[in-house]
Amino acid sequence: MEFIKAGTTIDFLRYVKSAYIFSTALILIGVVAFWYRGGLNYGVDFAGGTIVHVKFSQPTDAASIRAVVSQTDIADITVQDFGQAGDEFLIRLPKSETGVENFSNRIRLSLADGFGEEAYDVRRVESVGPKVGKDLRRKGILAVVFATVMMGTYLAFRFELRFGLGAAIALIHDVLITTTALLVADVEFDLTVVAALLTVIGYSVNDTVIVCDRVRENMRKLRRETLHVIINRSINETLSRTVITTGTVLMVILALFFLGGSVLHAFALVLLVGMTVGTYSSIYVASPIVLLWEKEKPRR
Amino acid sequence: MPQGLRYRILLILGLALWGGIYLTPSFTAALPGWWPSFLPSHQIRLGLDLRGGTYLLLTVDLEKAVENSLDRYAEELRRALREADVSSVSIERRGKTLFISTGSAADRETTQDILAEQFTILEPRVGAGSGGDIVVDLDRRQIDALEQYAVDQSLETIRNRIDQFGVAEPVIQRQGERDILVQLPGIQDPERAKALIGKTALLEFKLVAEEGSNVETETLNGQTLEPLSGEMTKTTYTIEKPTLMTGDGISDARVRPSVDVEGPYVELILSDRGSQIFEELTGDNVGRRLAIVLDNTVYSAPVIRERIGGGRASIHGTFDIKEARDLAIILRAGALPAPVTIAEERTVGPSLGRDSIDQGAMSFMIGGAAVIIFMVIYYNLAGVLADLALLLNILFLLAALAAFDATLTLPGIAGIVLTIGMAVDANVLITERIREEVRMGKGVRAAINSGYERALPAIFDSNITTFLSGLIMFQFGSGPIKGFAVTLCIGIISTVFTTVFCTRVVYDYFLFRRRIVTLSV
Repeated sequence: MEFIKAGTTIDFLRYVKSAYIFSTALILIGVVAFWYRGGLNYGVDFAGGTIVHVKFSQPTDAASIRAVVSQTDIADITVQDFGQAGDEFLIRLPKSETGVENFSNRIRLSLADGFGEEAYDVRRVESVGPKVGKDLRRKGILAVVFATVMMGTYLAFRFELRFGLGAAIALIHDVLITTTALLVADVEFDLTVVAALLTVIGYSVNDTVIVCDRVRENMRKLRRETLHVIINRSINETLSRTVITTGTVLMVILALFFLGGSVLHAFALVLLVGMTVGTYSSIYVASPIVLLWEKEKPRR
Repeated sequence: MPQGLRYRILLILGLALWGGIYLTPSFTAALPGWWPSFLPSHQIRLGLDLRGGTYLLLTVDLEKAVENSLDRYAEELRRALREADVSSVSIERRGKTLFISTGSAADRETTQDILAEQFTILEPRVGAGSGGDIVVDLDRRQIDALEQYAVDQSLETIRNRIDQFGVAEPVIQRQGERDILVQLPGIQDPERAKALIGKTALLEFKLVAEEGSNVETETLNGQTLEPLSGEMTKTTYTIEKPTLMTGDGISDARVRPSVDVEGPYVELILSDRGSQIFEELTGDNVGRRLAIVLDNTVYSAPVIRERIGGGRASIHGTFDIKEARDLAIILRAGALPAPVTIAEERTVGPSLGRDSIDQGAMSFMIGGAAVIIFMVIYYNLAGVLADLALLLNILFLLAALAAFDATLTLPGIAGIVLTIGMAVDANVLITERIREEVRMGKGVRAAINSGYERALPAIFDSNITTFLSGLIMFQFGSGPIKGFAVTLCIGIISTVFTTVFCTRVVYDYFLFRRRIVTLSV
């Protein structure tokens, strides 16, 4: 079986301009969303605070939970529907100035008062103090930056400087667009999201490596051709692999997204967006940058 | 069969056997009776997010630790001065500095002598600053040492408390400068554990102030027992500041059953030194009320009727049996040298852990099945080969987790699922290359050879980059994320091994047997 017939010659680079407009538009949407939402929506990992994940034995609604927990006189409690069944909720409490205060216990007590001891089950409590939150935030940003730089350096070292540069810019592009998706969907930024972003970086660079590897090979083989032709041909030759691998990876990510449970939802979403964008960017961001470089500094 | 090929086959079979042995404990309910004891018997370790439990990050209040020890030095200095019959000296601590005011030049000289002889670690400066004519600081090294000691001591005390509380396989370790990481797997009542771990548990015996006494006093919250109804009411006490005895004097603490209307109480068994002090302090203060103060709350304040020898004391209060038991544990394990605050808490209930395992397993099965079926449909026999490599890959990956005693977390399961999706990439690259070579008219053997050869650099580079991002995650991530990084990295190693090395052996075997006439790719 073959999805991509041998000898396929799509002139990918013809659409580079449209791709630039497309990518820029997406990133601009991200900037607008960033401004509109007033920054990234940090989860407790990064913002500090407490979430209590509660599952009720019977479906209930957020309003009645809100009514019950408001008895605790803790300010700024939000209650949020979680999962599909209508019996799971996230109760989010603001951060405290000192360490982690005993908020979760007070929530437990108020729920026991309002609904009865047996009616609910506290499934998860996550509390992060302000100092730890700041620390995790710093580490998260550092990890993403570090990973991007490292990938670029590795490719510059293994291939040529321009490939490294192209890969690094493609990665920044991927991270920005994935972040846009998170901003638009109003998904919280937490540690698992950062882990997913790092995975996207690791896998997205995969595609770039495969294309670059072929470009390098074809540059040796087709000395007379222009880089434009070589890159186009390399993308076409690796297209079948790109489609198949992206396909199998998307299969498992979809399995995680639909079956992996609520805890992995954001994680799978980031991967879903990131992997798709990553494949697109290795064709339309990384390679054109190599070309652009060529125009500035011709090979011969 | 060529030697090299035979060794390669043996290596793969040997590793598969090794993997099978390591995974048997994890996938059988009970090991069979004949399972030899030298074989591994532990299961894959599950993270707190899968088995349920509590993760705590505690921060030791180092400022307070230093202040506490300065207070102790001040107390010792006062005693030394009393023994030297110097009475006009007052000592005050402000922050991390002691200010000593002396009444006369002679007193100042004596104080300086005592400081020089007995308190060599303190650094007195004469005539400096306001508020006292001797100013005492701790030097930086001394403060560092005190802080280190405070963290070590807190760690030890917390370990003691948890050991006595009874948690299976707890993890208690130091993290960074001032933090202590505690993991309590499978704990049922996290709130109780938090209370037990976080309490400073500074026990002090002080006198309740009497009217007309000229000792400095403080007001503390407490409770009193109504003798008739047996109810506790909240009150405040005016207590004399000096501490007559602390929890240091305790050698053991036990829960005693209730008497009369009260609940159970905690009996303290004092050490030899503690008994001696207690006997003296009760003897000196017959008729007065002795307040038993725990973390600045007065638990009870009985009247001292007589000199109490025999080294026993007791704490009464409105405890239920659990609270009394926890209090006894805390008192036995001793006080924390400084207060700790909980900087981070993550608790997962057992039901969520179970659901996570089920959901993780489900996405693993469905995702894996989809990939396996797809590969056969798309690549025919080469797809079957890739699938075999994939199954071997999963076996090695799980076995490596068990063998290295790595922790499997929910993101870790996601890492395994992702590895399945990504692992076939190498086989896709190789098979696509072989297809290309065949199209160019190469023979079977040549097509396979150059297919592997040409695909290798790309496989190598793409896996190294993913491995690098895994390492970064391991470096920066915490808990569950580390688990993800571990499965990702192990997955990459076993992927390269199975997809490149193992599948090649199969091709070589059939080539050797001359079974392959046409390629089914």
